[in-house]
Amino acid sequence: MIGPSSSHTAGAARIGRVARDLFGRQPKWAKIHLYGSFAETYKGHSTDVAIVGGLLDYDTFDERIKTSFEEAQKVGMEFEFIPETGHVEHPNTARIVLGDDQAEMSLMGISIGGGKIEITELNGFPLRLSGEHPAILVVHDDRSGCIANVANCLYKYDINIGHMEVSRKEKGRMALMVIEVDQNVDKEVMDELAELPNITQVTRIAD
Amino acid sequence: MEPLFHNVRELVERAEKENKLISEIMIEQEIMITDRPREEVMKQMDRNLTVMEEAVEKGLKGVHSVSGLTGGDAVLLQKYMESGNSLSGDLLLDAVSKAVATNEVNAAMGTICATPTAGSAGVVPGTLFAVKNKLNPTREQMIRYLFTAGAFGFVVANNASISGAAGGCQAEVGSAAAMAAAAIVEMAGGTPQQSSEAFAITMKNMLGLVCDPVAGLVEVPCVKRNAMGAANSVVAADMALAGVTSRIPCDEVISAMYEIGQSMPSALRETAKGGLAATPTGKWLEAKIFGGAVVGSGQ
Repeated sequence: MIGPSSSHTAGAARIGRVARDLFGRQPKWAKIHLYGSFAETYKGHSTDVAIVGGLLDYDTFDERIKTSFEEAQKVGMEFEFIPETGHVEHPNTARIVLGDDQAEMSLMGISIGGGKIEITELNGFPLRLSGEHPAILVVHDDRSGCIANVANCLYKYDINIGHMEVSRKEKGRMALMVIEVDQNVDKEVMDELAELPNITQVTRIAD
Repeated sequence: MEPLFHNVRELVERAEKENKLISEIMIEQEIMITDRPREEVMKQMDRNLTVMEEAVEKGLKGVHSVSGLTGGDAVLLQKYMESGNSLSGDLLLDAVSKAVATNEVNAAMGTICATPTAGSAGVVPGTLFAVKNKLNPTREQMIRYLFTAGAFGFVVANNASISGAAGGCQAEVGSAAAMAAAAIVEMAGGTPQQSSEAFAITMKNMLGLVCDPVAGLVEVPCVKRNAMGAANSVVAADMALAGVTSRIPCDEVISAMYEIGQSMPSALRETAKGGLAATPTGKWLEAKIFGGAVVGSGQ
């Protein structure tokens, strides 16, 4: 990986990249809130260039991380870093709010050391996503049968679920399924999932 | 999936019972968890080894960070060794200089391999490439060195922490040095139990080490902490190989490290607010590098 810090540089780059993956395309703007140790040391640890590198889809070995600010300008992505003083559970926490003319998304990630990360929140939904396995995220209406339909569809394609979480903000309203699976999921499966009743949006994170 | 071991005791017991090296247990676990053939698991670690080799090589030629705070010390040490006047001995200084070389490359945002983190990336390769000249290992034995270190790192990461922001420098350089000590022992022909003793002895002497990076950079004191981490691990490996044991079992030392990290104030956990970062010179350097007014530590 590119230094100088596995948690503050490599881990930060991974959080940025997962955010971009979930957004599904190059965002046009990003507001990055940094908490705890991230907020205090982001300049020295190059956390800022690393997150921007991740948002440009660079992996942790990509030398272009060092010049990511210039690269962002080239693709027309605006970004802003906001160091926060509020208390967070983990000292290395970043909240990325990003979007383009069509959509907006927010994600909270923590960097737990050695370059490992977890995604702890997506669009206000608490979750635990290690980023180590391929995953499917399904936004759906909070109705009975939704989870069974999705599980049945995955079973049909012989896709094994390793870890699954469901959450909702309010009873009967918008809900989110986070499904970590053992193999990458084909577009065909994604399309079929999107066609199921009461499903609003389906995204995937490749391995 | 259940790992083959959850702590050092289980790791050592399994190695002894099956009459295998610790590196072998770790390789078997990687094959099992990642569901890949042995060949691929070994190949991936071989690539990590190459990254480490290249970083040491680059550092020994002399690199400097953008801030100008670090760089060139690995070269100074190598030249000093050539003079033949070194007091602490060539192997020890070689390990120190190669650890420094790696971290100087890291500080310059070069490519390194996290062992277990980037800020502590010097110790494991530094000791490896120094001990190599004495023990003449095969390429496979060098790869195994990394698996042995990894087996112990796996335990620390899962039972305590390897993050400076969570547990201070003891969690980073402390873990790296202890991992290296265990790996040196195996390469030198010691038993799995002796690896565990070397780990415990090293970690005990790293307990309480805070993370207080000047200007929030990974340079001062990180590079020199890697240097001393490397020295610590070589000496502890020798002690364990001599038959010295730790009165406190390895897993309890790891728990102690975790507990100490939990009770460390956040100013001393990678926030650049306490310790060396808060000294007058530390503050002055920060202002010089990033601009802005020089403020006192008590504000």
